[in-house]
Amino acid sequence: MRSGIVARVLPAALLSGALLGAWEAYVDLSGVQEDLLPAPHAVARELWDGGSLLWRNFAVTAEEVVLGLALAMACGLALAVAIHLSPLMRRAVYPLAVGSQAVPIPVIGVLLVFWWGFGIFPKLVVIALICFFPILVTTVDGLAAVDPDQPKLLRTLDASRWQEFRFAELPAALPAAISGARIALTIGVIGAFIAETTTPTSGPYAGLGREIITDINFQTSRAYAGTVVLFAFAIACFYTLALAERRLAPWAHDSRGDTR
Amino acid sequence: MFTGLIKDSPRSPETDPLDSEPPDRCVSVSGVSRAYRDGRGATVGALAEVSLHADRGELLAVVGPSGCGKTTLLELICGLQAPEAGSLQCAPAALMPQRDLLLPWLSAVDNAALALRIAHVPRTQARERAAKLFAELGLEGFEQSRPHELSGGMRQRVAFSRTLLSGKDVLCLDEPFGALDAITRAELQTWLLDALSMEPRTVVLVTHDVEEAILLADRVAVLSPRPGRVIASLEIALERPRKRTDPEIIELRERALNVLQMGIQR
Repeated sequence: MRSGIVARVLPAALLSGALLGAWEAYVDLSGVQEDLLPAPHAVARELWDGGSLLWRNFAVTAEEVVLGLALAMACGLALAVAIHLSPLMRRAVYPLAVGSQAVPIPVIGVLLVFWWGFGIFPKLVVIALICFFPILVTTVDGLAAVDPDQPKLLRTLDASRWQEFRFAELPAALPAAISGARIALTIGVIGAFIAETTTPTSGPYAGLGREIITDINFQTSRAYAGTVVLFAFAIACFYTLALAERRLAPWAHDSRGDTR
Repeated sequence: MFTGLIKDSPRSPETDPLDSEPPDRCVSVSGVSRAYRDGRGATVGALAEVSLHADRGELLAVVGPSGCGKTTLLELICGLQAPEAGSLQCAPAALMPQRDLLLPWLSAVDNAALALRIAHVPRTQARERAAKLFAELGLEGFEQSRPHELSGGMRQRVAFSRTLLSGKDVLCLDEPFGALDAITRAELQTWLLDALSMEPRTVVLVTHDVEEAILLADRVAVLSPRPGRVIASLEIALERPRKRTDPEIIELRERALNVLQMGIQR
């Protein structure tokens, strides 16, 4: 088990090491200005020195991402179920959901603040708007991909429509829904950045996105350090959801040979 | 058409007309026809004026070439389809489909208990009843296995348990052993008879295996190619367990095969 974890983490660690080494060498040899491209060791120092500042801002951003994703999941799953169960809903809602993805969200973000104030809510709406779509699409497809004989079998056992859904369609769609959430989460981190940089916030800590924007001109290495934190956060979230999927839908990883 | 399909109602011997007159008919199909549309919109006859019956506790086997409407017949008996002509009187029937259709997200015991869960029996109670049946049918130790961990034979056993636990009087088995190798199939045939002696039910068994039909059934109905009609009905009043090498079995098998062959040539 332990050696398994090492074997799994090692390639990414080696690749990161190689890239950081190349970066460090490039900064050394090319003499690029430090406020354009700080060397990795400078960024690392900033991570250490600015730790508590970054951490507090990170906590703000993490809360936004997690709550925003929860909101996106709730909306995405509810819409997917409605679209799956009702052809009318599919015709009514699906095109609008697609269209919503073309809305220039940074512009909307500003308006949302006028509407709902400086709190966290407008940011959650921005993140959810960006994140619900992959969840919606993968869940709709997952629900449609259920083996049609399974609901039929349930009908022979006198299942109601709800029970067909509960025993066959819902579990069949679960792995797809979680995959959608994994995609959503990674773009949700960028969503939080957009939300923070387009909507002003009251309070001392406005999130990593705002911190990065503030630092980029005068404290470049701290902006890079903030980016490193977001980078790590996205990775951690992605694999946490992968773990959750193994827990919630273990059958999706069974040998594929049994779909007789 | 479509007179008196009895479904869902818990049967009480006093009030049910099917019980009042001997013999106790559980399945009665008379003059039933059914057609469907194929991909190009042409009408294809699946069943033509089929009449057959099964009394309580009997095992009726229906044999015929593939595509002769056997599955349609079972779906009619289970009330999944309605006949276009003729009438059907059946006690509540449960279907064991050709594919086992075990749900991969449920353990073996939960798959077996599915009908109970659908009938709103609490989870632990449903599991207990399924586990009790597992013990009776020699499936103990496999309760927590998930379907992909089970062999083909075990999956069929679990699927059969699920059908039994539906609590219906009639079990419609659609080629239950069709996908199994010869040894496992023979094993499961014996197992099925044992299971039915412990949990007696009326069974309609659809198969394309004439020998299987004769080894297991009280009566065998032979269907012609599409549209299926009954071209022979054999009573098999032999003691069980039957041996496939028994001269009487061999003779019956030859007779059934002859009828089948003639049906195909016509």
